Amino acid sequence: MARSVTPRRKLLNTTVAWAIGLLIFFPILWTILTSFKSEAQAIAAPPIFLGFDWTLENYRVVLERSDYARFLWNSIIIAGLSTVLGCIIAVPAAWSMAFVPSRRTKDILLWMLSTKMLPAVGVLYPIYLIFIELGLLDSRAGLVVVLMLINLPIIVWMLYTYFKEIPGEILEAARMDGATLRQELLYVLTPMAIPGIASTLLLNFILAWNEAFWTLNLTAVNAAPLTAFIASYSSPEGLFFAKLSAASTMAIAPILILGWFSQKQLVRGLTFGAVK
Amino acid sequence: MATKASRSAARIMMAPAVILLLGWMLVPLIMTLWFSFRVYLPLRGGDQGWAGFDNYTRFVTSSAFWPSVQTTLIIVLGVLAITVIFGILIALLLDQPIWGQGVVRILVIAPFFVMPTVSALVWKNMFMDPVNGLFAHLWRFFGAEPVSWLSDASMGSIIMIVSWQWLPFATLILLTAVQSLDSEQLEAAEMDGAPFLKRFWFIVLPHLSRAITIVILIQTIFLLAIFAEIFVTTGGAFGTRTLSYLIFQRVLESQNVGLGSAGGVYAIILANIIAIFLMRIVGKNLD
Repeated sequence: MARSVTPRRKLLNTTVAWAIGLLIFFPILWTILTSFKSEAQAIAAPPIFLGFDWTLENYRVVLERSDYARFLWNSIIIAGLSTVLGCIIAVPAAWSMAFVPSRRTKDILLWMLSTKMLPAVGVLYPIYLIFIELGLLDSRAGLVVVLMLINLPIIVWMLYTYFKEIPGEILEAARMDGATLRQELLYVLTPMAIPGIASTLLLNFILAWNEAFWTLNLTAVNAAPLTAFIASYSSPEGLFFAKLSAASTMAIAPILILGWFSQKQLVRGLTFGAVK
Repeated sequence: MATKASRSAARIMMAPAVILLLGWMLVPLIMTLWFSFRVYLPLRGGDQGWAGFDNYTRFVTSSAFWPSVQTTLIIVLGVLAITVIFGILIALLLDQPIWGQGVVRILVIAPFFVMPTVSALVWKNMFMDPVNGLFAHLWRFFGAEPVSWLSDASMGSIIMIVSWQWLPFATLILLTAVQSLDSEQLEAAEMDGAPFLKRFWFIVLPHLSRAITIVILIQTIFLLAIFAEIFVTTGGAFGTRTLSYLIFQRVLESQNVGLGSAGGVYAIILANIIAIFLMRIVGKNLD
């Protein structure tokens, strides 16, 4: 509903909007700035905004001390594999619901959504027990499966809303020309579905990366991803603001960048197509 | 257009997702239900037989129960109020023509992508630390005594942290809804001399009502389950123990699985009541 306004009004709006934007972004900016300070300057009073001695020392220390690479690798593997696996399972399901709908399609979709609403804490112990029995506790494989399952409803829903937008006539035409189901999938649907699948992968990778209930409760040392790595800073010893900032910056930077690409998909993915 | 063959193919294609989710839902749910009726203390004798409804009554009569319900409600309602009100205001502002709109949008959305453990720790230490936090510096600058935020104003602090994380979500969805508003209607009202508040109340707000409902329902489901924010800041101390956190403590910290499972069943019922409303709205949209 954007309308034309006077330049003065626009200037006022711009000033207020930027002020609010910077205020909301400030904690992130402050974390990034602090990560380049020395520990002494990080807690200096009054606080120093830009005029400090920029240093990479914190990053060096964090990388050296904490085996950061392993946490990062765990995050990439767990978020990446759970998302890809989820997509492999969800694409056929979403495809069939979008193009061969039956009376029960709607119920199935809503039921899938309802599984997403099961409070994790309500099923914590059963999962914990199953993990112990199967030897999955503190394993990447176990977390991949759990995160795949908690995000599967969102993946199916996102893909479904994207597939719905592909005109059915094109598929019919392909069928008339004698395309088999496999050909139809591979040569007609896939090229048109790739943008939707890509956005789905992106958003769910972000959600899996930031998941902090199962990743904290089901890991100890071997499979712990970045969420757990950061949580280990909650009981600090000595000076640590700058190091905490460096660790935090490294944990959120990749996702902040990916996240900026996924703004539009965020609405669709998180409202289950109810807000467009 | 669908033939019999394509119908059965469709069913086969749907099967893996449906079976997996069915298992994911039923197996733990049945186990939780089972445990909730048992005396089950893994570190103190294991499963010791039937408890009847003992766990259910003990969970709600324990002195920690009602405070935890109250804490949960305050956090959920507080965060909802802040995110929805500010979300609407920011969405309306961002919808106006401004310079650098794309950049401002990115700045506003950014907190959503910060993992919960990071945002909780950054707020806890770099802002709310009573000695070296930024707020402490600010307070001293104005001659006030720094506040120990997470112990003396623990609820306000948690609400503040969680609101910061969820404001982007509310703003983004409300902005999407605002942008679909028909501008002609607004312009007509403006020409007829309707003041801003009236236009907002009679045109904008009704248009946003659906989006607001969805924001409230989805956030409620996530807010009932917040964990990391409490885990790394107060650990449930200073009156910040929510219902989820209480269940977590019963199950994993005090290893009373029967009691915790009964609590879990309560939480599941509570989440389902809210979920039913959300499903209705989403379901309507599918037709």
